[in-house]
Amino acid sequence: MAELAQDDGGGKKGGGKKRPKKAPARIDMTPMVDLGFLLLTFFVLTSTFAKPKVMSLVYPAKEQEPPDPKDPSRLVNNAITFIVSDDRLFYYKGEFHPEGNKDGEPPTQLTETDFGPTGLRKLLVEENKFVLMKKVELDGKLQRNQIADSIYKRNLNEAKKDKRALKVLVKTDMKAKTRNFIDVIDELYIASVGVIAPVDIMNSEQALLDKALNK
Amino acid sequence: MAEIKTSKGSPSIDMTPMVDLAFLLVTFFMLAATFRTDEPVDVSIPSSIGEKDIPEKTLILVTVDKGGRIFFSCTGEEVRRKVLTQMAAKYKVPLSEDNMKEFVRITSIGCSMNQLPQYLSLDGAGRKAFPTEVGIPSDSLHNELKDWINFANREMLDYGKKMFEEESSKQGKGQEPLKAEDYKPKFVLKAAMDAEYVRVKSAIETFRDLNLNNLNFITSQEASAVVK
Repeated sequence: MAELAQDDGGGKKGGGKKRPKKAPARIDMTPMVDLGFLLLTFFVLTSTFAKPKVMSLVYPAKEQEPPDPKDPSRLVNNAITFIVSDDRLFYYKGEFHPEGNKDGEPPTQLTETDFGPTGLRKLLVEENKFVLMKKVELDGKLQRNQIADSIYKRNLNEAKKDKRALKVLVKTDMKAKTRNFIDVIDELYIASVGVIAPVDIMNSEQALLDKALNK
Repeated sequence: MAEIKTSKGSPSIDMTPMVDLAFLLVTFFMLAATFRTDEPVDVSIPSSIGEKDIPEKTLILVTVDKGGRIFFSCTGEEVRRKVLTQMAAKYKVPLSEDNMKEFVRITSIGCSMNQLPQYLSLDGAGRKAFPTEVGIPSDSLHNELKDWINFANREMLDYGKKMFEEESSKQGKGQEPLKAEDYKPKFVLKAAMDAEYVRVKSAIETFRDLNLNNLNFITSQEASAVVK
């Protein structure tokens, strides 16, 4: 209890007055405690602890001239294009073939998938097996301390840029919400996709998407 | 026979440990807390597995809220003052010294340049309720956001360089050298979960027009998923 140590009155010296035994002085601590808790509440409510994190995304530099579609270096053999609409997600593999194209390829069909682990993640894991297998191998080596951290990173980046690694284009239509886009990018990071290109949607793709949405 | 003593008067409880604890907690929160900044908009952010910390020294932040309005902010009092001076000169908007001080003090702004003097004379609540449909204009014909970012980027580069040199000279010999990379401007987008992506995209395109291609999205962290 809050008590102040008190002098007994200097011992008993030669027939002084007999004082009645005083109770130790008490300080009322209630206001201080009140204030303490008030401050505590204030700090608890105003402070932020969980600092938000950032997810970085490097966009391709804007090109001055439209790229030549016949340029062989632009041909990708392992690509998926995702088309994001309002809470819905479609994709097609490989290049886009419009209906009745000259090469005689079958016209591109959009397949619908979802943002969940059974949809998008499963698809990406299957398609990006090459990088993920490499990653598991490298993870194992790193854990057994066979390779250094920097070598791990370099090898993983090399694997991500390999020809066999998955490349992904992300296109959005007018109705897409930000969280849909972020969800897709997030899944791509989880599946260690190295090449991610957020690009504009083509008119022919938009038409195909409209058809798929109305179905 | 043993006698049971009954205490007389009001029973008193020793509160000292509780008070000790309370003050301990107060001290902890006071020292450990960073204050929530008073943003003109509340934005609920999507989650991701991103693990990078938000850059604090050299940050250029563009916020897109639920309604697709665009807000701009950057760190550093010196930078903010210089950026505003250049913006005011470019758009020929007269700003008082009070406006300047207010701009340096607050966080994000979200209005066009000709509304700015009025916007800055409001208080926090007034700014929250400020009637604006687009925030900072960012369409291709009238892109003020581009100028904000451009000026802020230039000023931030100088400021970051200066800060880097200053802090490097203070570093002791045994310490790890600072990275110049940490003092370059970082471009951060804070987009609301439910914002139309088209609006976010217009902000992204503005960055890309200025050839700033490395963007960061603010996300809350979710438990990192492991792919097997």
